[in-house]
Amino acid sequence: MSNLFILLLVPIIAAIVLFFIKQSSTAKWTALVFALLQAGLTLPFLCGFEPNAAIQFEQNWVWIASLGVHFHIGLDGISLPMVLLTNGLIPLIVLTTFSKAYKGNFYGLVSFMQAGLLLVFLALDAFSFYVGWEIALIPIYFICALWGSGDRIKVNLKFFIYTFFGSLLMLIGIIYLYKQVPSNNFEWTSFVALDLSETTQRWIFWAFFIAFAIKIPIFPFHTWQPDTYTNAPAAGTMLLAGIMLKMGVYGLIRWLLPIAPFGVVAYSQVVMVLCVIGIVYASIIAFKQQDAKRLIAYSSIAHVGLISAGVVSWHEEGVQGAIIQMVNHGISVVGLFFIIDILEDRTGTRLLGEQGGLAAPFPKLATVFLIILMGAVGLPLTNGFIGEFLLLKGVYDYGVWFAVFGGLTLILGAVYMLRFYQKSMLGTLTLRPILGGDIRGAEVLVLVVIVFFTLFLGILPNSILKLSEASVVNLLNQIKF
Amino acid sequence: MGAIITLSVLGILVLYLGLFKAKNALLPVTLLGLAVALGFTLADWNKEAEPQFSGMVIFDHLALSFTVLSIVVTGLILLLSKEYFTSISKNVAEYYCLILFSLTGAVLVNSYHNFVMLFVGIEIMSVALYILVGIRRTDFASNEAALKYFLMGAFSTGFLLFGITLLYGATGTFDLEGLRAYVMTATEISPLFYGGILLLLCGLCFKVGVAPFHFWTPDVYDGAPILITSFMSTVVKVASFVGFLRLFGTVMVPLSDFWTPVLLTIIIITLFVGNISALMQSSFKRMMAYSSISHAGYMLFAIVALGIESASSILVYATAYSLASVIAFGALILVKRETGSEQFEAFNGLGKRKPLLAAALTVAMLSLAGIPLTAGFVGKFMMFSNVMGTYNVMLLVLAAVNAAIGIYYYLHVVVNMYFRESTADAEQTALPISVNYIVVLGIAALLTLAIGVYPDCLIGILL
Repeated sequence: MSNLFILLLVPIIAAIVLFFIKQSSTAKWTALVFALLQAGLTLPFLCGFEPNAAIQFEQNWVWIASLGVHFHIGLDGISLPMVLLTNGLIPLIVLTTFSKAYKGNFYGLVSFMQAGLLLVFLALDAFSFYVGWEIALIPIYFICALWGSGDRIKVNLKFFIYTFFGSLLMLIGIIYLYKQVPSNNFEWTSFVALDLSETTQRWIFWAFFIAFAIKIPIFPFHTWQPDTYTNAPAAGTMLLAGIMLKMGVYGLIRWLLPIAPFGVVAYSQVVMVLCVIGIVYASIIAFKQQDAKRLIAYSSIAHVGLISAGVVSWHEEGVQGAIIQMVNHGISVVGLFFIIDILEDRTGTRLLGEQGGLAAPFPKLATVFLIILMGAVGLPLTNGFIGEFLLLKGVYDYGVWFAVFGGLTLILGAVYMLRFYQKSMLGTLTLRPILGGDIRGAEVLVLVVIVFFTLFLGILPNSILKLSEASVVNLLNQIKF
Repeated sequence: MGAIITLSVLGILVLYLGLFKAKNALLPVTLLGLAVALGFTLADWNKEAEPQFSGMVIFDHLALSFTVLSIVVTGLILLLSKEYFTSISKNVAEYYCLILFSLTGAVLVNSYHNFVMLFVGIEIMSVALYILVGIRRTDFASNEAALKYFLMGAFSTGFLLFGITLLYGATGTFDLEGLRAYVMTATEISPLFYGGILLLLCGLCFKVGVAPFHFWTPDVYDGAPILITSFMSTVVKVASFVGFLRLFGTVMVPLSDFWTPVLLTIIIITLFVGNISALMQSSFKRMMAYSSISHAGYMLFAIVALGIESASSILVYATAYSLASVIAFGALILVKRETGSEQFEAFNGLGKRKPLLAAALTVAMLSLAGIPLTAGFVGKFMMFSNVMGTYNVMLLVLAAVNAAIGIYYYLHVVVNMYFRESTADAEQTALPISVNYIVVLGIAALLTLAIGVYPDCLIGILL
């Protein structure tokens, strides 16, 4: 059962099957069964994984012989948390849609996207990586544009063109590196082993960085993000914020750091400044938001700003923090977007000014909301704490002032998150009528699972950290100057 | 060689079938003939390629593979013609006959080894098209298109002929091998030769429709009947590229310092003109016309960076582009039949009305835009990697900007199909799709995906 390819095959089969299911309830259950099957299939890899630096469960086939393309996938400590995150969140995301009337095509697109995301996280061949990177974009574009609201057509076109342009720059970088490899292949190991001149590394850095920065998004490449998140359907936002943006950070760690170390050294300060600007700027904007979804969208920019800063800090703590924080952010943000969706379902509005006092009719919701919120803010013993701690430690080692301003994310985050909680849950109940009661059924299940992981990763963060430690140390050591 | 004879005889045969009113036999006979020509071409594959008929034509792998492509694409287009031709004209035999003659010209251009054959091939190909473009005699746009095409075509043929004459003046031969020997051995290249190259470049650029010689393309593509447009933008265009590639690949390589800057300028202008004009269009057909200009720009990448991969990248790109065009124009015919319009709005709600047709068209658009797992991506990838071989990174960045612009108009139709509601009367006039359309569009869409997922067989042909 240690055939990694099966993790890519199951979602593709699921997607094909789901596309032919017209009936909504059948589609939901089929999608859930497939998602759980996929999650179950991930477990053997978690159990069989040796926490060392080696790449495990490797599979390598010749794909396009005449171009030197291999279909090469494998798992190491950096990709394993991402795979767990993807396969763990998709069943939850499917469950969050159980009250909606989506048909098979919606779930088919979700499964298809899952395959693309997993290919990105597993690929050890730049061509395969690029293919995964692009084909994850197509389904999410359709999800957001078909089931979204507001000015969905224009907003998603911008999102698509923006990210596609970034990807093309990366493609140019990949082709350049491919031509440099003496045996003309796309293997990750050959790319890393290349002896590139410093000037080359500088432009390679930008070619890759812009692609990743648009996806993450890092200030000032973030302009597509708030609109896309806000107008997407709840499940689409969860996919985007929970999993998809991790592709960018993962790309930074897996591809950019080892391939263009000189580029990273040369421009890490620029990137650091951008990240810190992003943190402060997004936090301040988040504070002024009325629409809850937009608030979380901006908070997401602030959080990933810190994560990216941790990566380019080039310290073990920073990179480790980035990995665990990606998992944490994925869990928290899915929880938060789900709660926003539930509140919108019950009250008919996402505007903070119109909500208020909702803790009284929804006591259970108020409780889980608070716990997830604390996780997002980074309170000790919740999942966000250890990640932010490690990230700030990494950034501190890089430069004190960056840590000082980057650390504002903790304070500002607490401010806008608590304001969010206060405006929606506390105060007097102003809104009438409220449809439906407290959380129930699938909602309880999803939120309980999220709360469980919020606390579990807060108390035992080592469960993730020890998976990735050896790989991260190895990655940072093997980078040569 | 068998293919050229078969196709010529077939053209005449079809004409006689028309004379004796055997309308129902036209399509089967034509397809049968194409199959025979295809068989002849494939049978030549393993033979030693050498110039035949005192060096007039050569059926090497380059010529054979593109001949197969032209015949197959013509076959697909003709399969779509079943109801289309009868709906716009009474004299159906003319269409088949002229298309076959034009195809014969294309095969000659694919396989020429002597400038005389290049000229004759281009003329056969074009003259048949002048008539085809204007075949809707009562239609104003069709007439305008034919006149424009004829004048521009004659003009560009003039350039071509002048170029050939100058080269002849410098070298005393029409033979590619002779020209090659001249370029390789001459101590000093005659100024006549350089003049000849420039004029030939102009003539060929007219034929492939790249800026600044593109002005005829949008009007002609727009005015011609849809199927003729699809024939022009696939078979004819690809053949012109093969002619281009063969000339520059065999003869002009040592002089690349001279013509590369010219061609680079042409490419950059073409990419921007094609893409930005396509952005402004409200008609799907005109958008396809401008997009064909920008695709010609991408295909020139293979010529500006001549190398061992040039031929196979043009083959992959041309195949991808032809398949996608067949789908796009086929879908346009169906949509126009229902709504009577060629505008983007005609596609509104197609995703709901005809999900499979919409899916096929989406695959075609993604392929044209160059999204992975479609044939278009492999083509674009190979073009980019060709140019990267000569380190034109800036050109690639410009190409990337243009590819991103391209997304906008390719997705425009996807957006209309899936995210906008159809108009009421479009739903009322919904017509069933006949079997031949399902077969052709299905084959083209599946091939597009198959080449995208596993392109090795296609790339390997010419490597």
